[in-house]
Formats: sequence, structure tokens, C-alpha cells
Amino acid sequence: MEHVFIVFLIIGGTALLSWPLGAYMKRVMDPVPGQPDRWTSVFTRIGGASDEQGWKSYLVTMLVFNAIMFTVTFSILALQQFLPLNPDGMGPHDPTLVFNTAASFTTNTNLQHYSGEASMSYLSQLAGLMWLQFVSAATGIAALAALARGIAGRATLGNFLLDVQRASFLVLLPVAVVVAVIMVLGGMPMTLQGSAVATTLEGVTQTIARGPVAAFLTIKQLGTNGGGFFGPNATHPLENPSFWTNGLAMIAIILIPMACVWMFGGIIGRMKHASVIFAVMALFILVKISGSVAFESAPTPAFAELPVSTESGNLEGKELRFGATGGPLWAVLTTSTSNGSVGAMHDSLNPLTGLMPMAGMWLNATFGGVGVGMINMFLYIIVAVFVAGMMVGRTPEYLGHRIEAKEVRLAILALFSHAFLILGGTALFAATSLGQSTVQEMGAHGFSEILYEFTSAAANNGSGFEGLGDGTAAWNIATGIVMLLGRFLPIILPLAIVGSLMTKRRAAESAGTLGVEDATFGTMLAITVVIFGALTFLPAAALGPLAEHFSLP
Amino acid sequence: MSDIISGLRVTVATMAICVAGYTLVILGFAQAVTPATANGSLITHEDGTVIGSRLIAQSFTSPEYIWPRPSAVDYDAAGAGGSNLSPANPELAARAEALIADHGGAADNRPIPADLVTASGAGLDPHITLSGALFQSGRVAEARGVDPMAVRSVIDRMAARPGGVFTQSRIVNVLELNLALDAELPSIAEAE
Repeated sequence: MEHVFIVFLIIGGTALLSWPLGAYMKRVMDPVPGQPDRWTSVFTRIGGASDEQGWKSYLVTMLVFNAIMFTVTFSILALQQFLPLNPDGMGPHDPTLVFNTAASFTTNTNLQHYSGEASMSYLSQLAGLMWLQFVSAATGIAALAALARGIAGRATLGNFLLDVQRASFLVLLPVAVVVAVIMVLGGMPMTLQGSAVATTLEGVTQTIARGPVAAFLTIKQLGTNGGGFFGPNATHPLENPSFWTNGLAMIAIILIPMACVWMFGGIIGRMKHASVIFAVMALFILVKISGSVAFESAPTPAFAELPVSTESGNLEGKELRFGATGGPLWAVLTTSTSNGSVGAMHDSLNPLTGLMPMAGMWLNATFGGVGVGMINMFLYIIVAVFVAGMMVGRTPEYLGHRIEAKEVRLAILALFSHAFLILGGTALFAATSLGQSTVQEMGAHGFSEILYEFTSAAANNGSGFEGLGDGTAAWNIATGIVMLLGRFLPIILPLAIVGSLMTKRRAAESAGTLGVEDATFGTMLAITVVIFGALTFLPAAALGPLAEHFSLP
Repeated sequence: MSDIISGLRVTVATMAICVAGYTLVILGFAQAVTPATANGSLITHEDGTVIGSRLIAQSFTSPEYIWPRPSAVDYDAAGAGGSNLSPANPELAARAEALIADHGGAADNRPIPADLVTASGAGLDPHITLSGALFQSGRVAEARGVDPMAVRSVIDRMAARPGGVFTQSRIVNVLELNLALDAELPSIAEAE
């Protein structure tokens, strides 16, 4: 009962909040073309550019800006021992770790092969990492706005540097200020003082790391970044002090991904179509949550023979202050979106519970990352429309755009690349000592650890089965490359699809056109997601979590 | 080339506003409105020396104190982490057996509450369950030479639902509980 109530409040409440936010995002991200707009002129002066861009030019500007993002943060991390704001005297990092971390935060992944409180200066955390948490999320929102403009039939996709500023300053920043203020009131630390040193009641010296946590944590959640200030992320009591901050953090995780669907609907002018997409995404998220909460109420299997109370479910890796629902609910939300922060240790989840986060990242479109989740769903829509068209024997059309072999090929290529990065990487590391020497235990669970790491990197998620010894040069380089490909291919290819659609004449919609605003379309879309997204990974699931579950005593 | 220059200009602007401006606004607000929690919820003696943070578990091993949950990082608040052991890993069972022995044993009709034998995600969980505290009340009362009922009543008073009506089980902050026990039920041996 407690579970149902909390899930209903978090998901339902956030869905309600996402509607006005989505409308606001549509307004500020896509001001009416031709009408003078105060912010547009401000941002034009800042960036010095406001030319309308086609898909290639928009992409080039985006990639150049992302290269600057990577370079700036790479430099800050590599030089942190010489730079200010380092009260705890953090030293230099390994070069492959700097590459991995810069790639990780540029791609909105926030996979962390380091522990923040043990190795990052405050300058690295704020100017290196937190800055990317803003601008990488803004890149995602900009890409979605551009995609939507193309689908809406505009002649151009807009201007990237205007879009990225709109998303940073008008969307992420105001929401972050509001949420961070509430987090501060909820007891979260926000200080530039170094660690506190305590002498415990039993006379032991305890060093307590702290820092500017509230600001960092808030944008980490809102921008589906997920990289924690502290190593153990949102399980750390200073990064998540109470039941209430935990609830607000979960809302912050899914709020903007949900609002992105409404923004998309607003820009293409088809809110009913957006509602169907939203419903399909919500359905998947609810199925995963039900599974996760149910599987995690089973007690820790290792204690089967011991006199340990079984009332509270599996508590290994979990915090008591979040209540019984906190851990498993968070695990699904953080992986359905591409957030990747953790509120419980995923490696210690019961095997079938651990399958739910993996499924979320395999699909990567059930709300998904800010902006890019909806872009991923667009790929599934292209495939669904194509399949539906083939079934009824008509030329497939999506909102009047004729979907032909070229578009479908690009969509399949994008979806396939996700699977290839995950399964190819897993195969390589599971078959060789690159991965075998880093797992906690050989067998099904070790396989799951490798599978999870590549899944998380390709889905730009960033959570992990942290028992894996992923701090090696091989892991740093391999996941760094996977994150970069997993980020940019699913942005480049969809924009190429839109670029191709924009060159064709739009057909008028007629009675014979496939409707995209009804339950039939929703069902078709859901089936496509299951078949293309989930079945691809079934064999891997069987070797990992399923095998582990069935081998339990 | 113009993309690079424009990109650098936007870099400077976002750094100035989203990093410096945003951080300073939140920092100023926190230090002005909630300085105690903003600096880590520290608990101090009257002379200002720090005992710990109310949000961070610290090690307790003496019999007169209530003990926290086990920690995979030995309560290192500058390097937190979980065990990350898979739920069927035999190391979990071995650790639980040792802890059950430390707690003076458990039996099928008096099972040990699961929180006392499981490590939290960060190894710093400041709470244990109400049943986890009551499970230890006998040892604490005996070590202090006080009435077990008095210990139980302090525990009961300090236990609260973390999410109010949204949560069913009550939990208790171990450090605050031990401070209350020291204040209200000092050990007979110490008082002499």
C-alpha cells in the first residue's frame, strides 16, 4: 500500500508538473518565428550568431561546441592540482581517467570511475563537471527542438547556439535555482569549506567530506546527468539527507524528460500525438517499477540459512531513511531516464530487480535523457510507422512525411548501433581478461557486471554495478569511446532523417493516412519498442540476471 | 572558425552564469538561511569541538552504546561506499554470522533485524530501525547498569517515521540516540 501510494504520488505528481513546464519550454525554446523576442536578441549578442541553420550546419555547430566542452573540462581536470578552490589538496588524475571523465560528462552520461570526495577539487566539481551538467543537458534539449522544427515542416532547424543558451538560461537555470533552494531547506550541505574533522563519542577521529553539494546535486538530477558529488552518489547522507529530499530528487529526475515530450508536441503542433507517446512511455515505466518494487521486497538470498528477519526485504546497499520504496523506485527512474544517479547500490539488488534498470537503458526511450529520450522514441516511431505502412500496403507516412527506405535505414542504423555498442563491448570484455580480471565473481553475476557497464555507457546513463573494478585503462578507454558514439550517433542520425524528410514535399493527410493520435498507434509503438528494443537483448539477459536468479538456492 | 569563436563566447557566458552565478546564489542562500545544515549538520560539544555529523554514521563498539549498521568502508566519511556484493554472495552470509555473534546471538524465534547485518549504500547510514535498536537494548542496559525499560523508553521516544504518513516503519538516529543515553542514563560505573 505504501508502495502504491508513493509511486502514484511521484509519477502522477511529476506528470502533472511536466505539462505546464513543457508548455513553458515550447514558448522559450521556440519563440514564434519572425516575431522579435527579447531573449533572442540578448543571446544573439552573447554568441554573436543567430543565422538560421540547416541540419548539417546545426550539427557542425553542435559538435564544435561539444568539442569545446570536452576540451575545457579535460584541461581543468588534468590541471586541478595547480588550480584554486582545492581546500583538501586533491592531486593529479590518471590520463585515461581524465579522458573517461571528460567524455562521460560531455556526453551527459556521468559514468564515474573516480570517487568525488576522494579525488576531485571543488573547482573540478563546479567548473569542470557541473558546467557540463548544464550545457550537455542543454545540448540534448536543443537537439530535440531542432528535430521537432524539422518535423513541423519549417525550412530550417533554428540556430544551435541560440538554442543551447535558451535551454541553459531559460529552462535549466531557473528550475535548478528553485529545486536547489528546496534541497538546501531540506538539509543538504552547501559550503566551500574543506572537510570537517570530528572526534567521535568513542574517541575515534572521523574526517567528514562536504562541499557545494546542493547546487551540484540539483542540476545532476534535472539534466539527467547523474554524476554524484560523492562516490556513492545519492545514497550518501550528505547528498540525500532525508525521505523528502529523496522524493524531490526523484521528481527532478523525470520532470524535464517528461516535459520534453510536451515541448515536442508543442513545436510540431500535435499535442494529442504527444499524449499518445507520453502514455506509451508511462506504461513502460510503470511496468518496470512494479517489477522492481516486487522483486526487491524479497529478502537477501545470502541470508536464507541465517536467523535474520525477512520483514524488510533486501537491505544490502540501501538507506533506511528513504523507506521501503525508495531504492527500487529510484533504480527504475534513474535508468528509464538516462540519469544514472543511484539511491541504492545496484550491484546488490536482487537479480531480477537488477534486470529492470538494464531494460530501462536498453530501451532508453521511456522518457529517456533530456531531449534525447524523445529523439530515441522518434526512431521507434519511424520504424513503427514503416511497419504499419507495410502491413496495410500503403506508402508509410508520418505527419505527412513520406517514410522511405533511406529514413528507415538510418533509424535502424541508430537503433542497431546502440545494441552493437552494448553487446559487442560486453562480448569482448566477457571473453577476455580485460573484463574477466575486473569482475567481483566469475559466472552469471560477473557477466551482469560487464553487461551493465557497457549498457550504462552506451545509454549515456552512468550508473553501474560498482563491484566491478572499472578503474583500469582498458575500461576507461573502452567506455569513453562507447559513450561518445552512444551520444552522438543517436543525435546525428535522427537529424539526418529529418534533413532527408525536409527535402521532400509533404503529402496532405487523408482518411487513409495512418493516425498517430489513437490507441492503435500507441499499441503499435509499444509493440515496436518491445520487439526492437527488448528482444535484441533477451539472450544477454538470459546469460546474466536470469541465469543468476534461477541459480539462487 | 566562427563556430569556434561563438562557441567560446557561449562557454564564457554559461560558465559565468550557470557555474559562478548559480553557485554563489545557492551558497549565499544556504549560508544565510540554514548555516547549520549547509556546513554538514555537525554536532559539537559546548567548547565547539566536533563530535560528528547527525547525518553520518560513526563507529560504535562499546557495549554501552547502540551500534550502527555495518559499514563496507569502516565509517570513512572521506571515502564512502557500499559493499557492492551480489545479494547471494557468501561473503554477505559470513559477515552476517560474525555480526550476529557480536550482537550476542540470534535465533529463529528471535531473528536479528536485517538492517543490523546489511551495509548501506554509502556505509554511512546514520539510522537503524526501531527493532534494530530494541534488539540491542538489553546489552546497553546491562553495560550501563540501568533498567532495561528505561533504555527502551529512550529508544521509543527517539524513533520516528522518516516520511511521516508515507512510511510505516520507524527508524532512529544512532548518534543522537547515544547522546541521549549518555545524557539521561549515564553508566553507573562512570557516575561513581
